[in-house]
Amino acid sequence: MFKDFFDISFNNLRRRKLRSWLTMLGIFIGIAAVVSLISLGQGLQTAITGQFSSISTDKLVIQNAGSGLGPPGSTVVEKLTDHDFELINKIPGVKTASPILLRTVKIEFNNKLLFYMMRSIPDDPKKYENYYVTQNIKPQEGRLLKSGDSRKVLLGNNFVTNEDFGKLIRVGKKIKIENIEFEVIGILEPSSEFLLNNAFQIFYDEMKEVLEIGDEIDLIGLQVDSPTIAEETAEKIKKEMRKDRDLKEGKEDFSVQTPLQVIQSVNTILTAINIVVIGIAMISLIVGGIGIANTMYTSVLERKKEIGTMKAIGATNLDILSIFLLEAGLLGLVGGIVGASIGALIAYGISSGANIALGADLFVVDFSMSLILGSISFAFLIGIFSGAIPSYQASKLKPVDALRG
Amino acid sequence: MAKKSKPREVIKLKDVFRYYHLGDETVKAIDGVDITINQGDFVAIVGPSGSGKSTAMNLVGALDLATKGSIYLDKVNIERMDESELAQVRGKKIGFVFQTFNLIPTMTALENVMLPMVFQRIPLQERRERANELLTKIGLGERLDHLPSELSGGERQRVAVARALANNPEVILADEPTGNLDSKRGKEIAEMFVKLSEEGKTVILVTHDPEIAKYADKIYRLKDGKIVNK
Ligand SMILES: Nc1ncnc2c1ncn2[C@@H]1O[C@H](COP(=O)(O)OP(=O)(O)OP(=O)(O)O)[C@@H](O)[C@H]1O
Ligand SMILES: [Mg+2]
Repeated sequence: MFKDFFDISFNNLRRRKLRSWLTMLGIFIGIAAVVSLISLGQGLQTAITGQFSSISTDKLVIQNAGSGLGPPGSTVVEKLTDHDFELINKIPGVKTASPILLRTVKIEFNNKLLFYMMRSIPDDPKKYENYYVTQNIKPQEGRLLKSGDSRKVLLGNNFVTNEDFGKLIRVGKKIKIENIEFEVIGILEPSSEFLLNNAFQIFYDEMKEVLEIGDEIDLIGLQVDSPTIAEETAEKIKKEMRKDRDLKEGKEDFSVQTPLQVIQSVNTILTAINIVVIGIAMISLIVGGIGIANTMYTSVLERKKEIGTMKAIGATNLDILSIFLLEAGLLGLVGGIVGASIGALIAYGISSGANIALGADLFVVDFSMSLILGSISFAFLIGIFSGAIPSYQASKLKPVDALRG
Repeated sequence: MAKKSKPREVIKLKDVFRYYHLGDETVKAIDGVDITINQGDFVAIVGPSGSGKSTAMNLVGALDLATKGSIYLDKVNIERMDESELAQVRGKKIGFVFQTFNLIPTMTALENVMLPMVFQRIPLQERRERANELLTKIGLGERLDHLPSELSGGERQRVAVARALANNPEVILADEPTGNLDSKRGKEIAEMFVKLSEEGKTVILVTHDPEIAKYADKIYRLKDGKIVNK
């Protein structure tokens, strides 16, 4: 039975090919937007959470509140100091802790002055080895910093090709950091942490000296005894630091970020992006639905006589309703299938492009079957929904009136 | 087939009126009609334009409801039926043939003839066999997969007759079926109706053409919504 009505409806759409395709355009665009943007969003989410999972889940970061993820130093809030570092080092559960400096510095090379991000590397061999391993830091050219090195600098992977200074900086070249000469000892492999690809790295003590930084730490990175106590240790640190600074709970001028929190805040941002994107897609789907409704109205008017004929040969109101609803549903369904395919292609194209641009296979688009099937069924429902009123009117036509055309 | 001693009443109109109200004006399209038509009768309805012929056909065919009066099909009063029961009556008991053929343009001849059976939920296999048989019988066995636009007027009307017969109805209603055909094709159609009435179908035919009306057993003349040749 369903098959018969399906055939009738399908035939009708085929007869008016151009109009059917034009009607489906709105649905294509909406569904293509939904599928591509959500797939990309999920890919982005996977890529970003992948970033943070490279920071193993037993690591915490302490920084000044308000300084956010950007480079600190400009804010007037209470700085982290060596005193804080000592305090944290003594808290049970903390395995190792390193002070980290993260600043914008003046680099001079080839008679050109430019500003770049600089990150400190711990001086203690055990700590820098640990840092190299956990951050997957490997030299692509030259070698890594090691104890005993003096006035040596590591460059991020972007400098393999970066000609901002007019020419490439190669291993062995001398550059000036805040007017002090350093030798480039190595250029790193691409890092999953984008920031490091465009950054300079030198030993902590040297950075402190060159930048004339006093008793001030930008971040304290620490490793806890086991990932299971990360949250718990974070709470302990907060409590100790509150006590030390004489602050009330909730009034902290510092923050202790756990990996979980980082992932959560990233997820919050991504969810917000998704909501905006879905909102845009919805508007386009509503427009698509109106297109279907319009086409179905026209169709009912044009086919009045056919409706009358079908009633004269025994079609019930429900039969007519089913035929027209199916037609509207099919417009949605086919629009959805084509839209989902286009969306998948777009997402694939963008992610491939992004991967080529980033030079890494970071961006894996996640085509979830449930997303594709879900959006196709949704398109079908939009069709049915938009076609409901015209189809109902068709079914309610009086046979004599309909036959007159 | 032995002739029945007492003819069976298939259609009976009892004091039927159909008025249209247009503003203050009332159009009396059918103005008190009483007729009884027996099984196997071939009846022609003639009369000037606007005399109410189509209106009468629509009432008998359950496409329209009378303003007053009763219409019996097989002794059942259709005025008491709801829309889905009327659809059943139209589908099972009545076969319509229209002046403008009214074939579904997207469907082939075979599909058009199968369509009334779709609405009766008859399985595909059976539908196809029956439609094939009907079309072959009226000489369109070679035209099964043609669309209406690929058929001549006479062929289209024969497909329409085959469609009217699809559910083996008791009554065939034809409103000016020869109106769009030349006289040769028109006569072919009229001869088909004669044959159908001989096979026991009750046929009512509306026509302007006296040549066509001659094929009928009985002629009713309508004027201003009334039968005038009693
Ligand atoms: N829906 C309607 N609304 C108003 N008046 C109508 C309607 N249908 C028919 N009429 C009127 O009823 C009268 C009978 O119409 P009907 O169509 O039955 O005539 P007919 O005998 O079939 O004419 P023709 O030979 O031209 O087909 C006419 O005066 C017509 O104008
Ligand atoms: Mg008429």
